[in-house]
Amino acid sequence: MSDQKPIIWSEQLPGGAHWSGVMRRGSILRVKDLDGGANVSMLMFNLEVPSERYNMPDTLKGQKTAFLTQPNVCYSDMGRVMCSIVDDTCGWHDTIGGISDADMVKAKYGEADYQQAHNDYHKNGYDSLINELEKWGLDAKDLVPNVNLFSKIRVELDGDMTYVADNSQAGDYVDLRFEMDCIVVLATAQHPLDDSTEYAPQPIELTAMKAEPVQSDDACLRHKPENERAFYNTAIYYGEKPYDFSN
Amino acid sequence: MTLATEQISDSQIVHREVVKAGDPWMHVVKAGQKFRIVDLEGNQAVDTLFYNANDTEERYSATDTIKGQGNIYLTTGSVLRSNLNNPMLTITEDTCGRHDTLGGACSAESNTVRYSIDKRHMHSCRDSFLTALSKWDYGMTKRDLSSNINFFMNVPVSPEGHLDFDDGISAPGRYVEMTAHMDTLVLVSNCPQLNNPCNGYNPTPVEMVIWEE
Repeated sequence: MSDQKPIIWSEQLPGGAHWSGVMRRGSILRVKDLDGGANVSMLMFNLEVPSERYNMPDTLKGQKTAFLTQPNVCYSDMGRVMCSIVDDTCGWHDTIGGISDADMVKAKYGEADYQQAHNDYHKNGYDSLINELEKWGLDAKDLVPNVNLFSKIRVELDGDMTYVADNSQAGDYVDLRFEMDCIVVLATAQHPLDDSTEYAPQPIELTAMKAEPVQSDDACLRHKPENERAFYNTAIYYGEKPYDFSN
Repeated sequence: MTLATEQISDSQIVHREVVKAGDPWMHVVKAGQKFRIVDLEGNQAVDTLFYNANDTEERYSATDTIKGQGNIYLTTGSVLRSNLNNPMLTITEDTCGRHDTLGGACSAESNTVRYSIDKRHMHSCRDSFLTALSKWDYGMTKRDLSSNINFFMNVPVSPEGHLDFDDGISAPGRYVEMTAHMDTLVLVSNCPQLNNPCNGYNPTPVEMVIWEE
């Protein structure tokens, strides 16, 4: 169904890449795992006031969930909806695992620098995200807990964190409908808790599409009363009449 | 002297202060010093951020901390890690048993989402943090409010991925104590939240004790 939406642009990212760009309110970013086993670390910032950003605890508390899938939304720290997950063939996106850093990647996979490996040099989540953040005047202060699309961490009853392999298959995708104009920052380095001993970050495809206007029976909007109030806050931020939730 | 500090002699105490319900608090704990938070009346969430006192761009990171120990709950032995994955403090004593680092801090804006639009005007942790940051002149702003610990707060996660705020497991006089590995700037909001069980619907004072052996 969502395949019929008009495509604005589409690009592929190799594994270990970093990317940033602007997604406008009313557009959808489809993130597709091309070969299976991808990990996409993502942060979002309000384009107008970048100190407003994706907030992991607010997102989880508002929807009483530790992971993301359709019909969850991602909240900003200012009580607004940055994006809604309107479609998802994967079913579980991690919110608590964080990112890898250079020391971790070196310890797990050995060394491969640019001089030796050219563009196959080993990437890590921290340096990749910092690289993109700096392009927008952002820095390490803005590297808050991120989403890891296509990855799954299960939390056992005693709190132990288990990495669940093969969470995402070739062709799985997630559609993010942006409810605010956002700077989106992505990195396709491997998940920090990925227990594979092989350095093998996987490629993805990004496709931007026009979204239909949000209807009053929208599944993400109506998922929780908390989501309705966050949509209210978002509408009035843009000077629009909010939904009437009395019916 | 409260029960929880009986084994610390007055000569060992560097700083001791009761923080009232709903107040912010900011103080430096030097490398090697011990930092104890006493839940004086029980079930009081203490929202806490840590910064490298010599370079505040290095700060506590919830994801580096839980990833480093492979477990989402904090207790004795937990190494509290920075965004550069350096150990900042280690929890060396804990008579409560479990502390949260996924639940974040309440704010006016999150109150509107979680409870109702008219709860915006109730006092909140992030308002306390912003008051503290403007009062103590470290040049920090909202962007510095990255991730935090909620001492004495209970936020269980299930294997199916359900997350909830449950009644606290703390009690009067229980405490948590950390040993600092670096000069650490501590930023606390003694949580004023009245809309969920994190403070037993009755925010109460806590005691801060910084001491050295």
